[in-house]
Amino acid sequence: MSWITARRRHRASGYAVVLLGLAAIAVMYASVTGQGSQAAASAPSVSGQSIAEGKFLFSQDCSSCHGLEAQGTSLAPSLIGAGAAAVDFQMSTGRMPAKEPGAEMDRRPDVFSQKQIYEIASYIGSLGGGPAIPDAAQVSSSGANVGLGQELFAANCAACHSIDGAGGALTYGKYAPALSQATPTQIYEAMQTGPEAMPVFDDGAVTPSEKRDIIAYVTGTRSEPNPGGFSLGRIGPVTEGIVAWIGGIGLLVLAAMWITAKRREEA
Amino acid sequence: MSSQDGQAVPPKALTGLGGFLDDRFRGARGVRTFFKKIFPDHWTFLLGEIALYSFIILLLTGTFLALFFKPSMTDVIYHGTYTRLDGVRMSEAYASTLNISFDVRGGLLMRQIHHWAADLFMAAIFAHMLRIFFTGAYRKPRDVNWLIGIVLLTLGMLEGLFGYSLPDDLLSGTGLRILEGVILGIPIVGTYLSFFLFGGQFPGNDIIPRLYVIHVLLIPGLILGLIAAHLFIMFHQKHTQMPGKGRTEKNVVGAPMYPYFMAKTGAFFFFVFGVLALLSTVAQINPIWLYGPYNPVSISAGSQPDFYMGFLEGTLRISPSWTWDLAGHTVAWNVLFPALVPLGLLLTGAALWPFIERWATGDYAEHNVNDRPRNAPTRTAIGVAAVAFYSIMLLEGANDLIADHLDIPLYTITWIARFAVFLGPALAYFLTKRICLGLQRKDRDLLEHGLETGIIRQMPDGEFVEIHRPVSEEKRAVLLSKKEPVALPAPGAADENDIPAPATRGLAGKLRATANRVITESVPLTGGNGHGNGHGNGHGGSHGDEAERAAVGAPHSPVADGDVAAPGTVARDNGQQSGDAGS
Repeated sequence: MSWITARRRHRASGYAVVLLGLAAIAVMYASVTGQGSQAAASAPSVSGQSIAEGKFLFSQDCSSCHGLEAQGTSLAPSLIGAGAAAVDFQMSTGRMPAKEPGAEMDRRPDVFSQKQIYEIASYIGSLGGGPAIPDAAQVSSSGANVGLGQELFAANCAACHSIDGAGGALTYGKYAPALSQATPTQIYEAMQTGPEAMPVFDDGAVTPSEKRDIIAYVTGTRSEPNPGGFSLGRIGPVTEGIVAWIGGIGLLVLAAMWITAKRREEA
Repeated sequence: MSSQDGQAVPPKALTGLGGFLDDRFRGARGVRTFFKKIFPDHWTFLLGEIALYSFIILLLTGTFLALFFKPSMTDVIYHGTYTRLDGVRMSEAYASTLNISFDVRGGLLMRQIHHWAADLFMAAIFAHMLRIFFTGAYRKPRDVNWLIGIVLLTLGMLEGLFGYSLPDDLLSGTGLRILEGVILGIPIVGTYLSFFLFGGQFPGNDIIPRLYVIHVLLIPGLILGLIAAHLFIMFHQKHTQMPGKGRTEKNVVGAPMYPYFMAKTGAFFFFVFGVLALLSTVAQINPIWLYGPYNPVSISAGSQPDFYMGFLEGTLRISPSWTWDLAGHTVAWNVLFPALVPLGLLLTGAALWPFIERWATGDYAEHNVNDRPRNAPTRTAIGVAAVAFYSIMLLEGANDLIADHLDIPLYTITWIARFAVFLGPALAYFLTKRICLGLQRKDRDLLEHGLETGIIRQMPDGEFVEIHRPVSEEKRAVLLSKKEPVALPAPGAADENDIPAPATRGLAGKLRATANRVITESVPLTGGNGHGNGHGNGHGGSHGDEAERAAVGAPHSPVADGDVAAPGTVARDNGQQSGDAGS
């Protein structure tokens, strides 16, 4: 500390302290906030796909695990009856084709074009029903009841995804992903098909209108400004405690050292 | 620094007013004593003041919030400024907190200052307590004040818990649900107590108004009274001071209250206020509007309490699900044990420690000069072990966030924590003690050989020696502040007639003798294997040659033998040391 003590009356020391403080805050901020990029809402228009084209793509890229007739193998489940929505969800979020088997597939950049995904989806859909890809009106937030969406989300979704959609850990390496990148269509499809560890919320459990309310709540929450300052990652009191110790006690300890510092004795 | 500067003549306007008041209230003598009060200068002595000033800011902002908060659980349908919750059913408490956040001018800032001040208050109490512990400032005569501090810490935790329960948002309701679970877990009376506290089934309609009264009246009153007692006792007993030149058990070296310390502590208040204002304007805390109103059927992932309750969250998460079925009644060890035992161990242990230490060391003397942590290795090691225990539980309290953000399976973390909670403190104890003893060895070397200068000199006979420079007077005084512990008779020690010492007889005697062995482990400042010419150290065991010890280290034998004097510096070193010891 003695070299600080020696230089603390230097003309530039005040600026240096302010700069250091700002830099520390910047690092703290950068470390706790996510990138939060938002995918543009997709506009599914299920039209003009060629089931044959889809079957060809499927046999090329999916059949090694799911079987040539999508009947499933020991590696992956049967997709007969899984529905077009399940295919669109898994492939548009980049979870399929799977990179490697694991507790849970991570969201990755998608490797197929939207057109190819629709073709494969229509092929799987043609094999035997299952939920279809929703149209734009089904996932639209306009006129939705956000308040009801909040209540539904708190009761049904927050236990895993956390109340502000930050995601959360589940058991045995599984997790509920953050909802920061999910498009309205993907949120709808996830509720309809129950991917990974998620339960199915079909139209009997959560009506189509309520699904729109939930979508409006999720997309609204992540774009909501933080009136109190930096969000600290919106993960609750854990980051708040870290900031209280580093930012609060840390700054005040520096102040206390400054106040009680003595002129350095000649050695 | 001396206190003579305190005699500065105050301005005329002040003397006039002072004279007026003194003629009527005869306060001059008391004020004079107060103004001449000496405060030692050390930054760690300001940690407690952070807590004090945070508390003042808590009282001020809390009063502001109380003007607008409605402690009521009456159901309302919200139609306020925050449209995202439009039409949602909620309690009046939650609605009024939304109102404070979005409609009251400056309300959100006040809420944030209040909450940050609460976090800072508790953090400062912990930091202050650790400083007091590691420097031994709790020793007689300040042991009573140490106990008051522990009560203040406990009250602060409760005050915080009740405070963040008041807004009735999803997070605070979750905390209350755990509180209810703990109360229900108390055998026999648990259900009755729970119904009494909540006025029926959880959550009922009574808990918020009840917590409100406790939060704004009862606990702040107790804290205020105890802080007053804490400060008056500190004032009366005088400050401890860090060891240094001219600092003894009988004096206090520092700056007087007026004008120096008054200016410093006044400035520090504004530092505290400034840091809180800074945090509150740039960092969002407890965004209750995101959490939504509490509903007993809902819960959010990533629900944590404020950091000072995180320890309890961790003990709860780590606990195996043990329950007993006793004659048709469930004893819920899985809730009862984590809620009461680990924190009880820490707080009771902290409260008893001054008395345990006194019993084990046999040191009943008053202490006004603080210990350097390395000079009390066992105490420091126990303190670090306790910090490790606390930290592991605190981290375990955030196990789901760690799992999610670091991609570690949740149960893996829990199992690591289950082992770490036992192994971590043991390892911390062992390492700390070894480090402390190593630092003691370093101190001894500094004292005996001085600082290495990096200058190599060749002697006429061809020998190379490194020149050592004696440490400064100030540093020497700090090094010499170490008090060698007095060892009680060893366990089972017998005199020449095979009669064991009375103090070591019986179970208590043996226990005390063993504790004494552990606590008095020390590397004596004098002795060891110090060679006068500055080489040959580095194997600082206690196997040093007695003759050399007497010649070099022991202050009562300043005579250095001839060959030691040759390099020059070390001999001077000896002379100074004996001179100091004599004064």
